[in-house]
Amino acid sequence: MSQYRVLPGPEHFLPPAAASMGIRLPNPGEAHINGVITSEEKAYEEAAKQFLMAKVPTLFPGPLVLWAWNEKAAKKATAIRHLYDTLKECVQPGQKPMLIPMPDYRPKYPKINPEVEINPNHPNLTIWHNKIDCCMFIGVHCHQANLSLKIIRGGTSCYTIAMCAQAGHEDAMLSFRDASVEKIMTLAEWVRKLKGTVQPRLTSAKSGASN
Amino acid sequence: MSKEKIKISEALYDIMPSDYQDLVKSATYGKEDRGWKDIGNNKELIEQHSLCAGCPESMAFRYILASLPNPEDTVMVGSTGCTSLVFPMVAVHNIHSLFGNQNAIASGLKRALSVRFPDRTKDVVVLAGDGATVDIGLDMTLQAWFRQEKFTTICFDNELYANTGGQESGLMQKGFVAKMAPVGKLFDKVRLPEIARESGCHYVVNCTVSKPSLVEKVIRNAVHIAREIGPTYLQLYTPCILEIGKNSMEGLQEMRDSEKPTERFAYKEYVSEPAKQLLAELAAKDKERKAAAKQLAGKA
Ligand SMILES: Cc1ncc(C[n+]2csc(CCOP(=O)(O)OP(=O)(O)O)c2C)c(N)n1
Ligand code: SF4
Repeated sequence: MSQYRVLPGPEHFLPPAAASMGIRLPNPGEAHINGVITSEEKAYEEAAKQFLMAKVPTLFPGPLVLWAWNEKAAKKATAIRHLYDTLKECVQPGQKPMLIPMPDYRPKYPKINPEVEINPNHPNLTIWHNKIDCCMFIGVHCHQANLSLKIIRGGTSCYTIAMCAQAGHEDAMLSFRDASVEKIMTLAEWVRKLKGTVQPRLTSAKSGASN
Repeated sequence: MSKEKIKISEALYDIMPSDYQDLVKSATYGKEDRGWKDIGNNKELIEQHSLCAGCPESMAFRYILASLPNPEDTVMVGSTGCTSLVFPMVAVHNIHSLFGNQNAIASGLKRALSVRFPDRTKDVVVLAGDGATVDIGLDMTLQAWFRQEKFTTICFDNELYANTGGQESGLMQKGFVAKMAPVGKLFDKVRLPEIARESGCHYVVNCTVSKPSLVEKVIRNAVHIAREIGPTYLQLYTPCILEIGKNSMEGLQEMRDSEKPTERFAYKEYVSEPAKQLLAELAAKDKERKAAAKQLAGKA
């Protein structure tokens, strides 16, 4: 069993792929936290805590939910909006939840506008710019999310969560698998449940975004 | 016919960059006479696309997308390269295939679409760079033509591998020295238009994209012939201004220079006999339709 843990960075130039360090993906009904397989229940609680602790908790919806290419996608989009609204309701003054779309994910440098969109090949730019210290990827294609998550771990101290529609992401600090409307709503419920019980790190020196 | 085909999730509409909102709002769906003249009023490609400033590929994309006869029911198949950067930024369904596999993917897709939608016309259009079409994907390109697969293959010929910094491609000119090919090309530009004709394509055109009306004509011909008869191939010169050391404003002139009668992109067209017949029929129908419309307008 590997001792490697998927922790917030910066791990600098070239963090190893978590899979190559022995981190494995969760089975159905499970999740992982820092690369350790855990129950989904625990992961909801931890993800909600991380959001409530963050200065700038952020959701990054990707093309699979931004486009209403089928009914399920549109429903997921509604659930994501609900999660974002819940976050806004549950944070304390000084915390700044964000919802930033990733409509495409081909290298588009140097012309991305980090105020309004993120290009997952260069997520570090958006994370630095907005001082994001906790983010969740949802609706992104897996291979691209892996790359992005590694880049984020390399260059920032942002806590990454993946709500993956397939088998999950080793390279996130916390990963769900088989994302569904129900799972997004459950996460929103956990955020509401933990409201007021978690201290945001507003005064801490650790700003999340570092370079 | 409908914009329902491509829409943004309502719950996230407001956070989408306005470029994308416009793309969906004003894409030219549902117009029988759509064409390059719609560019300006309609949007085919977002402004913040990822090609280099002034890259002729961006012009070519706009003309092609504006000229597709039936964009609502068209799926484009791309391959890795500069072209692939653009596919997430257009309002036409598309698939990004593994480098070189585009004609194999398109074959399966076209067949699957005709099984799945027997009562609808579904067009498939491959669009890939010369590296993907003529080098790594040559096997798939040719085999699709041999099998008479009913889709159009478009090659954006920039005469090298642009996206990876300028390696030699089969379509590069003899003697050309590129940034990543310092020895210079040792053999002639592969004569793919001729090979396409010999391999069973029913419509083959070699030209530049300097004239939008010409691009419109050849795209419409290629898609209609592929739909009814068999494979068609367009080789369009979209120079990589970055690699040949031109400024953003110089792409158009570069194309004009290379389409002179003695140059390698002088207009060349091959049309098979059955394709000629089809084009004549389509032209006659079009004339009839326009005359009827004129008459109707006169009465009103
Ligand atoms: C299977 C595979 N082999 C190689 C590559 C690397 N690669 C990416 S783009 C590219 C060149 C593309 O050249 P071309 O098809 O001419 O398109 P252009 O970029 O010139 O538009 C290559 C070789 C890849 N992505 N996948
Ligand atoms: S590298 Fe060349 S072909 Fe690619 S976008 Fe830039 S100018 Fe166009």
